[in-house]
Amino acid sequence: MPDATHAFPHLPNLPGVGYKPQHFSDILTDPSPVGWLEIHAENYMGDGGRPIAQLRVLAERFPISVHGVGLSIGGEGRLDPDHLLRLKHLCDWLNPASFSEHLAWSTHDSHFLNDLLPLPYTDVTLTRVADHIDEVQTVLGRRMLLENPSSYLAFAESTWSETDFLAEIVRRTGCGLLLDVNNVFVSATNLDYSPQGYIDAYPLEAVGEVHLGGHDEDEDDHGAPLLIDSHGREVVDPVWALLDYTLAKSGPKPLLVEWDTDVPDWPVLADEARRAASALTRVLA
Amino acid sequence: MTDQTAFHSGLLNPAAPVPDGLTDAQARPAGRRYGVYRNNVTVSLREALAEGFPSLVGLIGRENFDHVARAYLRQSPPTSPLMMHYGAGLPEFVASLDQLKHLPYLADVARIDVAMRQSYHAADSTGIDATALQTLDEEALLSTRFDFAPSMILIRSSYPIGSIWHYTLRGGDKPAGQAEDVLILRAEYDPEPFVLGPGAGNVVQALQNGASFGAAIDQGGDAFDLAALLNLLLSQQAITYLKN
Repeated sequence: MPDATHAFPHLPNLPGVGYKPQHFSDILTDPSPVGWLEIHAENYMGDGGRPIAQLRVLAERFPISVHGVGLSIGGEGRLDPDHLLRLKHLCDWLNPASFSEHLAWSTHDSHFLNDLLPLPYTDVTLTRVADHIDEVQTVLGRRMLLENPSSYLAFAESTWSETDFLAEIVRRTGCGLLLDVNNVFVSATNLDYSPQGYIDAYPLEAVGEVHLGGHDEDEDDHGAPLLIDSHGREVVDPVWALLDYTLAKSGPKPLLVEWDTDVPDWPVLADEARRAASALTRVLA
Repeated sequence: MTDQTAFHSGLLNPAAPVPDGLTDAQARPAGRRYGVYRNNVTVSLREALAEGFPSLVGLIGRENFDHVARAYLRQSPPTSPLMMHYGAGLPEFVASLDQLKHLPYLADVARIDVAMRQSYHAADSTGIDATALQTLDEEALLSTRFDFAPSMILIRSSYPIGSIWHYTLRGGDKPAGQAEDVLILRAEYDPEPFVLGPGAGNVVQALQNGASFGAAIDQGGDAFDLAALLNLLLSQQAITYLKN
């Protein structure tokens, strides 16, 4: 394993993309559309082979954001100690510019469901999530960012708003936040509130990274719109508008375009990254 | 209260009712909204299996594969967040299905799919140079033992699984009827399944179990081609260390 470098201590306020192995050559040939890359931690937890070899090459050229999708921080059980150690191993050798995970759960009774499942926002869940984040930050020896979920339903028992819940987590743990504006748009549509109102109430000062992605459209049992966070297409115009609204209040941030299913050829993704760059240019104008 | 046991209970069981306490913005029961999570879980696991078992998909078709995958994922959801390892039990599950009994080779071909993925993510290693073997005198050569690359995986079968795998994914000649042992080797980053010649499976298995070179080649039988096996192992960087 190479020594961890400190060449990229922070994510720059530039566009990045979710890294896909099929784009490896394109990115190295013309890296200009992106200032950094994000990887899903769990895809780089094998013992060796091409994924890790590619990551070593990319980490010399780009700041890397490690984004976990399997830690189940919102789970009722304890964090999986083996998985936490795998994350520590990855962060230790790679020394990424950022580590982030989700306000969600994915493991229950030793079953891993491979989806980001929702939790109610109560005093009990708040304490549990804060304890888990404390544990993550202690084991990794670094500050983490916590991402807001896409919601398709509400819990009758919730007593906290999502924005207050996140602000209190930040206050208790000192973690930062990953603001996914597509998730905000999806949740606001699905649960019938104002996405701008959410941004107004959100602790923007804690944001270390912003996510953008595409969603699909469906309907619920009553014919109301039900948006699905699919990461399988271009970011829609209302989400770009919500990004502008957010950046006008927060100032420039590292922006990530996520595209995880039906992954397009590089030029399509590069165009999305350029569109994110123009949003950053507008906020600086 | 909707605890995670309740939320989890319906995710892999389409017959289970939507848990209580889940609503839309007007406090009406969640209905299809819960179905989004149910669908996400099933589809994401099914897609992961389809990606991991290209030859099985090719042999029985995507629609049949999806039925098998759905039954498997409901019975055996992942037990680790490392999806690269998910599906290791699928070959055994396939072997247990009455509907697929007429294709007795399927499970062993599926084992190649599992092993290819395992090899792809295995630790890197460096093969020894051929001269390391050539410089040994006969006595030293016969008593030496081999360490193999972590990416090397032997699969033995009573069916022509290597030929079936090739025919399914890359075309070529229709498989003949005889049994085949397949050795998966990864010289750099791309694992490749090689069909071993007669007796070579016995020899490799003996070497993997720690037998000396001399004892292992005694297992090869009359038709065993030693030069061909050594050439394959050396050219694919499979022998990583010689020890006495």
